[in-house]
Amino acid sequence: MITIKSETPMNTQKKELAVAALRNGTVIDHIPSTALFKVVKLLGIENVGTHVTIGNNLDSRLMGTKGIIKIADVFFPEETLNRIAIIAPGAVINIIRDFEVVEKRHVELPDEIVGIVKCGNPKCITNNEPMRTRFTVADRQSLTLRCNYCCKEVGSADVQLC
Amino acid sequence: MNSKSLVSIDDISRDEILQLLESARRFEENPNRRLLDGKVVATLFFEPSTRTRLSFETAVNRLGGRVIGFSDASTSSSAKGETLKDTIKMVSNYVDLIVMRHYLEGAARYATEVTDVPVINAGDGANQHPSQTMLDLYSIYKTQGKLEDLTITMVGDLKYGRTVHSLIQAMRYFNPTFHFVACEELRMPDEYKELCDRNGIRYTEHTDFSADVINSSDILYMTRVQRERFTDIMEYEKVKSLYTLRNAMLADAKDNLKVLHPLPRITEIDQDVDDNPKAYYFDQARNGLYARQAIICRALGIEQA
Repeated sequence: MITIKSETPMNTQKKELAVAALRNGTVIDHIPSTALFKVVKLLGIENVGTHVTIGNNLDSRLMGTKGIIKIADVFFPEETLNRIAIIAPGAVINIIRDFEVVEKRHVELPDEIVGIVKCGNPKCITNNEPMRTRFTVADRQSLTLRCNYCCKEVGSADVQLC
Repeated sequence: MNSKSLVSIDDISRDEILQLLESARRFEENPNRRLLDGKVVATLFFEPSTRTRLSFETAVNRLGGRVIGFSDASTSSSAKGETLKDTIKMVSNYVDLIVMRHYLEGAARYATEVTDVPVINAGDGANQHPSQTMLDLYSIYKTQGKLEDLTITMVGDLKYGRTVHSLIQAMRYFNPTFHFVACEELRMPDEYKELCDRNGIRYTEHTDFSADVINSSDILYMTRVQRERFTDIMEYEKVKSLYTLRNAMLADAKDNLKVLHPLPRITEIDQDVDDNPKAYYFDQARNGLYARQAIICRALGIEQA
């Protein structure tokens, strides 16, 4: 008699295979699918020489779909990772050492964001001088940033990166 | 940044506003004093604004200071592609104070970051023009004898008009009531209505420039409706005449009512209003001299004796 395995373990196995395990490195999880490639750009992941696994439109109970980035043997400074809070406020950082999650935390939006976000106002000085942009968080709830120079506000969903 | 710079009306507190008004009052009593003896002030006008430049330069001259500068970017090295940073750094070597006007928004804020010399913003695009706000406040204070508990009606272009936005920001300390009178296209942006809500300021919005609104006001602040704000030229012609103030409309206004306008006016105040004692816009412009003398002395840390 042939036993047919239930589908559940097979699916779990497939899902696990889809995103390879990491020995050492950083996993950024719960990135909104629409923000995934902005996060890649923001962290300069295209220049990383170690193994990088990028997954997008993966099933997520909480978010519907999500993106995930695994970077082998790279550990970013905390303030670098916090930059992504502008576009992926719910992102979770996992630090992996020897296959174990040794640290898990949410990204935190800094009070001031320097040199990351482009001002959407074409008449803003920052778009006309060789200088860094500066934004202050105007409203943490709605994730609204205000340009320190022209005072125009931008919502998280409309953020353009420099 | 030099802490005596003035980039936005938001940079100064209620107390500092009151100190500046008192200082302006004393300059009006005696505008000619040699408080700036030996000082050199730069007026850097990257876009032309004759009215504002002459007002600042007169203020410096009447205080015994000297002025260098340019009135148009085409005659400055920015026309050769020099960055604002380099121009400001170069000028900082020569002067005690920089007064600057720029067509780009945030230019004055950036200038304060690259120099230790105090900077006064004389207008940066559609963003801020704090000396205009100070002269508006001084005009209100002078004509009403107070800033508290006044009913101020703003008429015309409330969407793009930076003077009305800054005036709301400055008046938030003084328990005002506002009437906003504008067509749908040019109504007060939510941002400023929210600012009123947060500060417990009462306001009403009207599309009719009615007698009721005029007769309940202490200050009628008129602004220019600009043709370039409209895609439909017919709509512009209609709106223009709807929000024009005529002398007859002031017949039942309060005795203390004054009509203000940041100038230049086009058609929004009829010529027949000019001889009405309630018309205050030309005196308002003169108040700019005293307000600017006060701002200049604050920036240089000079106390009036």
